[in-house]
Amino acid sequence: MTTTTATTPSRWKRFRNSYLVYSFKRDWIAQFCLAIFLCILLGAVCAPWLAPMNPYDLTQINILNSELPPIWIDGADALFPLGTDAQGRDLLSTILYGARVSLIIGFGAVMLQALIGVTVGLLAGYLGGRIDAFLMRLADIQLSFSTLMVAIIVGALIKAVFGGAVYSDYAVWLLVLIIGLAEWPQYARTVRASVLAERSKEYVDAARVMGYRDRRIMFRHILPNTLSPIFVISTVQIANAIISEAALSFLGLGMPETQPSLGSLIKSGFDYLQSGSWWITLIPGAVLVVLVLVVNLLGDWLRDVMNPRLYKG
Amino acid sequence: MIAFLIKRLMHAFVVMFVISVISFAIQSNLGDPIQQMVGQSVPESQRAELREELGLNDSFLVQYGRFAVNALQGDFGYSYFFNEPTTEVIQRHLPATLELVIAATLIIVVFSVPIGVYCAIRPRSALSRFFMSVSIIGISIPVFLTAIMLIQLFAIGVDFSPFPSGTGWGQWLNGLLSTEGGMPSYGRGNDLTHLFGTWDSNFFSLDGLTYLVLPAVSLASIMLPLFIRLIRAEMLEVLQSEYVKFATAKGISLKRIYFVHALKNTMLPVITVGGVQLGTMVAYTILTETVFQWPGMGLMFLEAIQRSDIPLIVTYLMIVGLIFVVTNTLVDLIYGLVNPTVKLTGKPA
Repeated sequence: MTTTTATTPSRWKRFRNSYLVYSFKRDWIAQFCLAIFLCILLGAVCAPWLAPMNPYDLTQINILNSELPPIWIDGADALFPLGTDAQGRDLLSTILYGARVSLIIGFGAVMLQALIGVTVGLLAGYLGGRIDAFLMRLADIQLSFSTLMVAIIVGALIKAVFGGAVYSDYAVWLLVLIIGLAEWPQYARTVRASVLAERSKEYVDAARVMGYRDRRIMFRHILPNTLSPIFVISTVQIANAIISEAALSFLGLGMPETQPSLGSLIKSGFDYLQSGSWWITLIPGAVLVVLVLVVNLLGDWLRDVMNPRLYKG
Repeated sequence: MIAFLIKRLMHAFVVMFVISVISFAIQSNLGDPIQQMVGQSVPESQRAELREELGLNDSFLVQYGRFAVNALQGDFGYSYFFNEPTTEVIQRHLPATLELVIAATLIIVVFSVPIGVYCAIRPRSALSRFFMSVSIIGISIPVFLTAIMLIQLFAIGVDFSPFPSGTGWGQWLNGLLSTEGGMPSYGRGNDLTHLFGTWDSNFFSLDGLTYLVLPAVSLASIMLPLFIRLIRAEMLEVLQSEYVKFATAKGISLKRIYFVHALKNTMLPVITVGGVQLGTMVAYTILTETVFQWPGMGLMFLEAIQRSDIPLIVTYLMIVGLIFVVTNTLVDLIYGLVNPTVKLTGKPA
C-alpha cells in the first residue's frame, strides 16, 4: 500500500483518532481492566523466566515444603511468597504456569469456535434457504443444551473411550477441541444476523453484478463488515472458555495435576480446604476470578462502544 | 395453534431420536458386555455363543431397534456397578437433584424480581449501582468457586483479626470480619422426611434445610446476577414505551404502573431465558453436587464416568436430554400462549 498519500492518514493515525481509542481514554475502568489483563497475560507468557520455580521439574520440588502458608501468615518461608501446595510446589510459580495453560486453552478454544461459527454463520446468512434452516436448527438445538453440559458430556465420553492416561497426555488439545465444539453456535448466530443485514446492501449487489464468486463476496466483502460484533462476542467468549476449562478441570475432565491449569489447581487444593490450607485453593481461585472479571468488563465496555444493541432481542 | 403444537412436538421427537442414536452408538461401541458378564475364565466358543444369543451380531439397525423399544418401555439395562436397573439408580438420585434445583429456583425468583425492578426504577441510585457491580462480579465467579468460598466462610469459618482485640471496638470489628462456621457442607444430612417412593425431602425439617442452604445458594449464585441484569434491561426498555407514558399521564399510581403494567411485559423475555437457563442449571448441578457431595444425579454421573459404568452414563444422557427437550418445548409453547404477537405457525425469528 504505497499509494497512501497525505490525504489519507496512516492506519496507526486513523486508529489513534478513532472513537474506540477516544472512549478508551475517557473510561478509567476499561484502562484499569486492560492493565490488569495485560499484567496477567505478561506473567503467563513470561512464566518460565518470571517464576521462581519450575513446577513441571520434579527435581526442584521438596515434599518437606508442602502446605506452607503465604508470607503474611506465621510459619511461612520467605522463599515461597504465596505458600506451597500439597506437593511442595511454589504456589506463585504454579499459578503463573497455570494461568498460561488456562489462557492458551481459552484463546485456542475461542479461535476454533470463531473458525467454525463464522464459517457456518456466513454460509447460513449468505446462502439462505434450506442450508440456512438446517444449520441454524442445528445451532438452536445445540444451544438448547447448555454449552457446559455439552462440554462435560463430550469430555466424559472422550475420557471413557481413550482412557485417563491418553486423555491427560493430550489434555490441552482435547480441551480446545471440546470447548471449541461446544460453543460455536454463539458465533454462528451473531455472524448470521449481521450477514443478513449486510447481504441486502448495494455493495454486495455491485460485487455480484461484477461477477465475483460467492466465496469472494462472502469472505472479502461481507466478512470485514461483520467484524465488530465478532470482536465483541470474542471477549465474552474468552471469559466463558476460561470458566469452562476451569469447570472441566475441577471435575477431573481437564488438565492433569502434573500440568495444572487454574481449574486443576483449585481442584487439587479443595481436598486440603478442611485441614485449614485455604490458600492452595483460594489464591488460584482469586486469580481466575480477576482474570474472568476483567475480560468480562472489557467485553462490556467494547459492546457499549461498538454496538450497544448487540445483545438485545 | 394446533399446527404450532404439532411442529414443536415433531421437533422434540427428532431431537430425542438423535440423542437416542448417539446414546446407542456409545453403548454399542464402548466396553464389551460379554466381558462384563462372564469375566476372564470363559472360553472363546462360549463367548461367541452368548454373543449370538444376546443378538450382538445383528446389524446396527436391528440392535438400535431393540434398544429403542426397550428404552420406550423404560428399560435401559443394568448398571455395572450397582447391579440393578439403571432406571432405579436414577430414580434414587433424582429427588436430591430436583430439590436442589427447586430451592435454587426459589432463591432466584424471590431475589431477582424485586432487585431487578428496583434497579430499573432507580437506575442511578447508589444501591442500584451496588447491585449491578455485585452482579457482574457474580457472573465472573465460577459456580464451584462460589461453593468453595461458601464452605470456607460458613462451614469452616474464618478467623480474621487485623484490629487490636483488647479494645471493645477492635473486637467488634474483628467479629464482623470473622465467621463462625459450622454450617453443614457434606451430603444431605440424616433428618429427611419421607414423602413417597424414593423421594426423601430436605424441606420439612430445620436440620434438613440447613443442609440445603449452602448448595442451593451456590447453585443460585450463577443465575441470580444473570436474571437481575435481564429483568433490569427489559424493564428499562418497557418503562420507555408509549403505553407506560400514557398510563402515567392518566394519573395511575406509580406502584400500579411498575408492578401491574410494566412488570407483565418485562416477564415475557424472562420466561424464554428462564426456561433455557433451567436446563443449564442441570449442568451446574454436576459441579455443585461434586463440591458438596450432594447425592444427586450429577454426582452419580461423575462417579459413573470414573467407573466406566456405560449403561448408567447412557441412561443419564437420555434422561437429561429428555429434561432439556421437554423444558424447551414447554417454554416455546408458554411463550406462544402469553405473547400473542408471536406468529405461532411461522418461523421463530
